[in-house]
Amino acid sequence: MTGTASADRGRALASAARSGDRRALGRLLTEVEDRSPAARAALGDLYPLAGAAHLVGITGPPGAGKSTLVTALVGEARSQGRAVAVLAIDPSSPITGGAILGDRVRMQQHAADDGVFIRSMATRGHAGGLAVATVDAASVLDACGFGLVLIETVGTGQGEVDIASLADTTVVVQAPEMGDEVQALKAGLLEVADIVAVTKADRPGADQAAASLRAMLTVGAQHDQAMGDRPRPRRPEVLLVSAMTGVGVPRLLGAIDGRAPASDASADRGSAGRARAEAQVLGLVLEGIRGRLATGPARARLDGEVRAVATHAADPYAAADRLLAALLGEDPG
Amino acid sequence: MPDRPIKVLIAKPGLDGHDRGAKVLARGLRDEGFEVVYTGIRQTPEMIVSAAVQEDVDVVGLSILSGAHLTLLPRITGLLREQGMTDVLVTAGGIIPDEDVPVLQAAGIAAVFGPGTSIGEVADYLRANVRPREP
Repeated sequence: MTGTASADRGRALASAARSGDRRALGRLLTEVEDRSPAARAALGDLYPLAGAAHLVGITGPPGAGKSTLVTALVGEARSQGRAVAVLAIDPSSPITGGAILGDRVRMQQHAADDGVFIRSMATRGHAGGLAVATVDAASVLDACGFGLVLIETVGTGQGEVDIASLADTTVVVQAPEMGDEVQALKAGLLEVADIVAVTKADRPGADQAAASLRAMLTVGAQHDQAMGDRPRPRRPEVLLVSAMTGVGVPRLLGAIDGRAPASDASADRGSAGRARAEAQVLGLVLEGIRGRLATGPARARLDGEVRAVATHAADPYAAADRLLAALLGEDPG
Repeated sequence: MPDRPIKVLIAKPGLDGHDRGAKVLARGLRDEGFEVVYTGIRQTPEMIVSAAVQEDVDVVGLSILSGAHLTLLPRITGLLREQGMTDVLVTAGGIIPDEDVPVLQAAGIAAVFGPGTSIGEVADYLRANVRPREP
């Protein structure tokens, strides 16, 4: 099949997906995951139509209750008649490339609901808690009219914070058994939370966990003014929620909705939208550079520099400078 | 991308709760390099078909030990056809009497894997029979 034919197929899928064809939407997301020419053509059509959805990241350690909470949020949003999409990311094996995508086990109650679209994605070697195609998949769902897109990351440790640069709003999910107060002092995941949801509120100890998180996460609030324009961690709202009893779910969705960006698709979506755009463009530029270095004359030049560094004839910084200058057509100066 | 992992939905239609086999197979196929969507027990045909459409899987693997296979499995293949998923490979496993296998095959179940089938056999079959995607 020629390039034009696959571009045409991508555009046809995009148009069908937008008109509500779920099969076409599923297919298109596969193309997006494969980063195919068809997906590229489809995104060219769809990206200008996206920008109205609220992209919400749901992140937190394995077993904290992310999938269960997502299911509860979907139920709450559906009770308001809203169309909701879920992207659920699970890790690929670094050994075999295989993956178990198991988040749907919790979400199947919404499977047959036409107002809900759930898609599992494997990370396929991408670090940071997301798949490389996650942001493109979110744009497709956005353009297809899903006003709320919940992005569930892989179960994270303390440092997987990519979601914060992709999502408009980041919810960090913590189970009551999260550890002592020092855990809440550590840098990383909790710093990028807009909202911290303490799950399993029906269990003993949940109130206490929420109270100590509040105490630790807001301890620096009065210090913010003194920091002036320096970057600072977010001061998240801490909310208790039980997906089992439903307690706190409407309040959590309300807090999420309260952070939705301006609904005008053409408007500058503020700092979250800019951060996302920058991460996307930079990611693609770096990927392009990697691709250019993989073949042809650039590859030969790279091999030469690598040999020079391996034999200590050149230092790695100077070698990298020369390669970048050659690629960008600049004088290395 | 020709080296894209094959994506498989493992689902348990109907009311039996015996999911050990489905879980072992899901785990085994993971180790064979497949992307496996697992949806858990007690799924209706509609839930399974909707998941297959949204996930755009290459294979739907149905595990059933309840004896309701002659009712549920043709219903699933029928719904898949209705949804335009004519190119998906549908297989079954579990406790299915030999005399029922031709009936299921006529209804669009490509293969039936009984007890004793190794994970390697299933993986090889899927690799050999999955429909190639458009480039």
